[in-house]
Order: sequence, then C-alpha cells, then structure tokens
Amino acid sequence: MGKTLAEKILSQSSCVEAKAGDIVIAGVNLSFVQDTTGPLTVRQFQAGKFARLADARRTVLFVDHAVPSPSSALSNDHMLLRGFAAEMGCLISDIGCGVCHQVVAESFARPGDVIVGADSHTVTAGALGAFATGMGSSDVAVAMALGKTWFRVPETIRVVARGGFAKGVGAKDLILHLIGRIGADGASYKALEFGGDTVARMSMAQRLTIANMAVEAGAKVGLFPSDEVTRDYLRAQGRGGDYRPLVADAGAVYEETIEIDTPSLEPTVSRPHTVDNTAPARELKGVKVQQVLIGTCTNGRLEDLTVAAAILKGKKRSPDTRLLVAPASPQVLLEAIRAGHIAALVEAGAVLLPPGCGPCLGLHQGVLGNGEVCLSTANRNFQGRMGNPESFIYLGSPATAAATALTGEITDPREVL
Amino acid sequence: MLKGRAFKFGDGISTDHIIPGRYAHLRSNLPELAKHVMEDADPAFAGRVHQGDFIVGGSNFGLGSSREHAPLVIKMAGVSAILAKSVARIFFRNAINLGLPVLICDTDKIKDGDELEIDLASGIIKDLTTGVQLNSGRIPEAMLRILDEGGLIPYIQKHGDFHL
Repeated sequence: MGKTLAEKILSQSSCVEAKAGDIVIAGVNLSFVQDTTGPLTVRQFQAGKFARLADARRTVLFVDHAVPSPSSALSNDHMLLRGFAAEMGCLISDIGCGVCHQVVAESFARPGDVIVGADSHTVTAGALGAFATGMGSSDVAVAMALGKTWFRVPETIRVVARGGFAKGVGAKDLILHLIGRIGADGASYKALEFGGDTVARMSMAQRLTIANMAVEAGAKVGLFPSDEVTRDYLRAQGRGGDYRPLVADAGAVYEETIEIDTPSLEPTVSRPHTVDNTAPARELKGVKVQQVLIGTCTNGRLEDLTVAAAILKGKKRSPDTRLLVAPASPQVLLEAIRAGHIAALVEAGAVLLPPGCGPCLGLHQGVLGNGEVCLSTANRNFQGRMGNPESFIYLGSPATAAATALTGEITDPREVL
Repeated sequence: MLKGRAFKFGDGISTDHIIPGRYAHLRSNLPELAKHVMEDADPAFAGRVHQGDFIVGGSNFGLGSSREHAPLVIKMAGVSAILAKSVARIFFRNAINLGLPVLICDTDKIKDGDELEIDLASGIIKDLTTGVQLNSGRIPEAMLRILDEGGLIPYIQKHGDFHL
C-alpha cells in the first residue's frame, strides 16, 4: 500500500512500516528550543539526570523571542541557555541571529528529517519536506538526550490547490482561507499534506508561510513534497547536498482531500480572537488600525518585505498607524537592505525591529494599548497575544498589512496595487 | 478516586488564556507565574481554586503555544485533572508528560461549581451535584504508561528508553 509523506518519513525514521494510527519510536534529526521554552527544557534535562546530548551538532538553542532582552529575568534565562550550550557543546543562535523557524529553514532542515522544537510553529520546516512538529519542554529534553521520541503516526488530510493566485493574493490568504474553512481544530492530531499545481509553482517562502500555520488548524505537521523548488532553495542556501526528492506514493491513503480553487481566493483576514474567524479583507473596510506588524516566522521573509516595500515605496504610512517591520533573520535583513526594501519601508514611516519574534507574543517592542487594533502578518490573534487582553488583533498577508498601513484601516491590497 | 469542584470554561481556551505570553519573564519563577493561571479566561480563578479541583473546558482546550508552563501552572494550582470535549495535541502531551490527567467527555453535562468524582482507572466521571454519570474516552495506552509513572521524565528515568 502506498504511503503518505508522514507515513514515509516516520517509516524511515523508525525503521518499521509505519501506517496511520501506529505508535512509533522515531529517530530525531534536529532538536531545538527557544528562550521562553528553553529554560524549562534545560531544567527537565537536568531533572532527568541526562549526562549528554544525543547529537550536540543537531541540537540548537535559539534566543529569539525576547531579543534584545527587555528584562533582567529574561536576561537571566538567556544566560542559563548560554551556559547550557557551553557545557553541552551544542549550538546557540543568539540575539539578532533570527527567528528559530527561519534559521531552521535556512540552515538545518532537510527533506525527510524528523525535527522537534519546543515551539508550536516548528511545523514551519514541513515546507522542506521535514516531519517537523512542536512539543513541550519535557518531550524536547528527552529528544535531546535520547535522539528519539514517540509519535502516533497521523492520518493525513490532503490539500490540493490548483490554478495559481490572482494578483494581490498569496500563500497567507490560502492558509487563512483553509483554516477558516476547516476550523481551528479541523486538522487536530492529523497531518496536512499540500499538493496541486499552485503548490508546485509556489516559492519556498510561500510554502514556509503555509506550513507555519498548519498548527493553527490543530495539525501535527504541514508537509510539502521535496521537489525542484526545494532543491533550488537548498542550493541557494549553500546546502545543495542536503536535497533529496520526497513525494507521497501514488496509492497513499488520505482521510480526506480538500480542493482549493486558488484563483478564486481573495485577500483574507482573521478577525479577533481566533484564527478561524476569517473574512475577506474588503468586508472589513472601515476598521481603524493603530498598529501594523510585518514580520515574524509567518511572513518575515525577503519575499514578504518585497511585497510590502512595493506597496509602500515613495508613500507614507497613515499618520494614525504605527508600522513595525521585523525581518525573520539577518540573512533576510541584509538581502532586504541590499534590495532597497528597508530604505523604502523606513522612508514610508516604518520602525525597523531587530531580527526576532518582535511583538508577536506580547513581550515587548509594540505592546498594544487598551482598545487598540493591530493588523499583523503573524499567525495568532488570540486574546492577549500581543500583551494586552483589551486589544484586538487581525491577521493578514504582507500585502494586506502594507495596504492597511497606507490607509489606516483594513484595506484589500488590490485597491492600492 | 479524585474528588473536587468543577471550574467550567468555554470552547477554545488557548495557552494564552491559561498563561499569557506577557508573563514570560516569570517562567523561571514558577510560584509567581502560577499566580496568573487562567488569568485571561477568569481573573478570579487563581484565588478560588482549591487542591483537587477540576478544570472543565469545551472543545480544543489548550490550543496554541507549546509552552509546557500552561499545564504546569494548572497543576501547581492544585487542579487534579482536566476534562474537555477535545484537547489540542501539544497541550495534551504536555499535561500527560507532567502527570496531569486529561479526560475527554461531554462536558456540556457538567455545570460550573458541580462536585465531581472521577475514577481514573475506569474513566467514569460522577457528577455528585446532578447525579449524572459520564464515561470518558480512554487515555491512549502509550500516554497512560507515561502518566502511570508520574510523567515523562520519571518514566524515562525508570525505563531508560521508550517502551510504549
């Protein structure tokens, strides 16, 4: 019987013929934590009295969530991680080195890998054909120590996207549409596997945006085939040797297939306070926005900044709307500087934040005031997510965000293109 | 046998409701962090919950972040089990890894403040206030083995490896 991508990867990593529903013990190719989950991981590792890491070169501690540190308590947590890295000889990706998921895509993830991270958006690396999933600190501590973890092999929902995108519409609109359609628990415990000609033609940046949000439908992983796009991306990252093709078998069994006619998609926005509360951007015209955030692990890549800069170049943001831009990594930042996008955005009135998670999780760098509204390119709009339960978060694409920054109210980007 | 009072919550309680990201600076100071448990869902919860009580959620309880601090502060508050119609994947695994039972049942039948009695072995939940009896789905075998040892770290310490 044919295998889905999830079954294929977990069969290889567990050395058994794995099918949906099985419990497998899978080898882990990369384990990582970040600065808000890492300290507890270190403590659980110590509680387990583990002497060493299974593979120090494939264990990474990222300091990306609160960077540079906004408080002494978080500085002390950063010190704890640096100390653990020095003691164990593992890698540390310190402040300014980028959001974990972007750096994992740029430098670590390989097709067919099993990746566990103490961060729910670890699913992002599914864009490269890696079985990548978020776990808690205890699970990651054990994966770091033993080099393996257990999984229930997930059933797979296949998402087939056909026909390409209309102007002003892209990957973010597709994934928001899908989550709105199936709900925040529509893929709970399952794998999402993306295919169709829209996907085949999709850039790695777009795939990363979609895989990143698989968890917002409850999915364990959001998997893409490893194909020419993957090969070209890895080559461009100087990792051509990491490429191997990986596709689902023709006879794979899917629990369900969801067809998406992508030319009919519109710029889509999630309304407060759940990601599945979606609406076309055009229906939200008139909603005043005090802050726009462009960045994060969802949409902080060069392609995203290119889209935003194209809309904002030579113009000014609305005087009533603060515009924050947080590139996902120093590589993105440098490329955006060289391309002139950063100058265009700053001239339009943007505040440039360092590579990192920025204000997405409500720690610093743009906490909202009472009653304020933010249009963010991030992946979550839960109540209180950006530091204030009395504020309101809408999620949209970089194009929608840039158009909104221009007008000061939620705007369908097709109006300004 | 567990016995305690039900604290009822609605659908879609996220990890940001359970322990908001704005308190990340307290994550290495757990007693302080625990004072904010469930704050954005019910600010009075931390002051009212007693040892042995239950959190009773709706669907997709614990969605969102992988922060293990979410089930950790719930456990520290004295909650002895979580009941929900469904529970998000990472939260479920995190709770079991900390030795905190999660039972899936039709929580519409339970009201806020009801006295409950739960037999973890059989999964039978008795609502002593209304007399209603509920059967929870069984916790998956692999997770039960971890739960029986009090969580993942004690499990691995005892067994040295996964034997699920």
